[in-house]
Amino acid sequence: MEPRDIFDALKARFGDAVVELQGEGFRPPFVVVSPESILEVARFLRDEPGLAFDSLMCLSGVDYKDRFAVAYHLHSLPAKHRIGIKVFLPKDAPSLPSVDAVWPAANFMEREAFDLFGIVFEGSKDLRRILLPEDWEGHPLRKDYKYPDFYHGIKI
Amino acid sequence: MSHDPAHDAPAAAAVPGPIGPEASVLVGKADWFLNWSRKSSLWYLLFATACCGIELMQTGASRYDLDRFGAVFRATPRQADLMIVAGTVTHKMAERLKRLYDQMPEPKYVLSMGSCANTGGPFYKDSYCVVKGVDLLIPVDVYVPGCPPRPEALIDGFLKLQKIIMQKRNFAAKA
Repeated sequence: MEPRDIFDALKARFGDAVVELQGEGFRPPFVVVSPESILEVARFLRDEPGLAFDSLMCLSGVDYKDRFAVAYHLHSLPAKHRIGIKVFLPKDAPSLPSVDAVWPAANFMEREAFDLFGIVFEGSKDLRRILLPEDWEGHPLRKDYKYPDFYHGIKI
Repeated sequence: MSHDPAHDAPAAAAVPGPIGPEASVLVGKADWFLNWSRKSSLWYLLFATACCGIELMQTGASRYDLDRFGAVFRATPRQADLMIVAGTVTHKMAERLKRLYDQMPEPKYVLSMGSCANTGGPFYKDSYCVVKGVDLLIPVDVYVPGCPPRPEALIDGFLKLQKIIMQKRNFAAKA
């Protein structure tokens, strides 16, 4: 399916929860959806026979300074098409439902986004820091992150 | 050795004993012997955290053959004399590195291999997670520059460490 068709299928099913299609200049084109609906959208994308997005290739966090975003890169092995899903989140206390019940591979990538951006994935199986030490303070890939001077007495 | 009446002569008149395969007594400094033993069997700990580890493997493999200096790798710190810190050390790894170093028996030596272990290397500026030099954590005997160093450079650093070991005084009076 072409990205426009995927967008139309989502729009027909979820209505206003699907905001827009970012087609021009994006590869793959991104469908922007609302944070509350991401779990239902994900399940629909995976289970609908025509869509059959069985592979979550990448899940990344983005800091746009005035807001956060989570981007999902999806690929369908049977249908051989791909699409991006994007969710915008507020600057304060960004959180959205976890999709690791839909794609188990999401867990490590959600933990990475949580570790480095502080985005909370509600209902996750296991949301802990994955790269940094567990007692690390702050989320380093945020644009407003201030480096600490010392960690356990060692100069940074 | 058959009995030779000449050996019963007084010490002042003694001739030098046999040299070579028949020699049974060697005279030397205890320091020299101890240091020579230590430098000739420097077993190093497998501690590779980044691309320097690949060069370390090359150095240990047959082409460069670090084994000819008596150095073989050990997979446990309890059998290791030398820690070759090969690669980037993060703050998360620093704790593990210190623990491994503490588990090594004395006397122990540290060779810092490559720019990352020496100073933080390319991560010196603008990195929140890399330790800026392994000497902030443990004492280092030899630094080998390079990114990563070639096996020849690592062997040179290794021979430098052997020289350091040979200069050690083990039986000097305590100050």
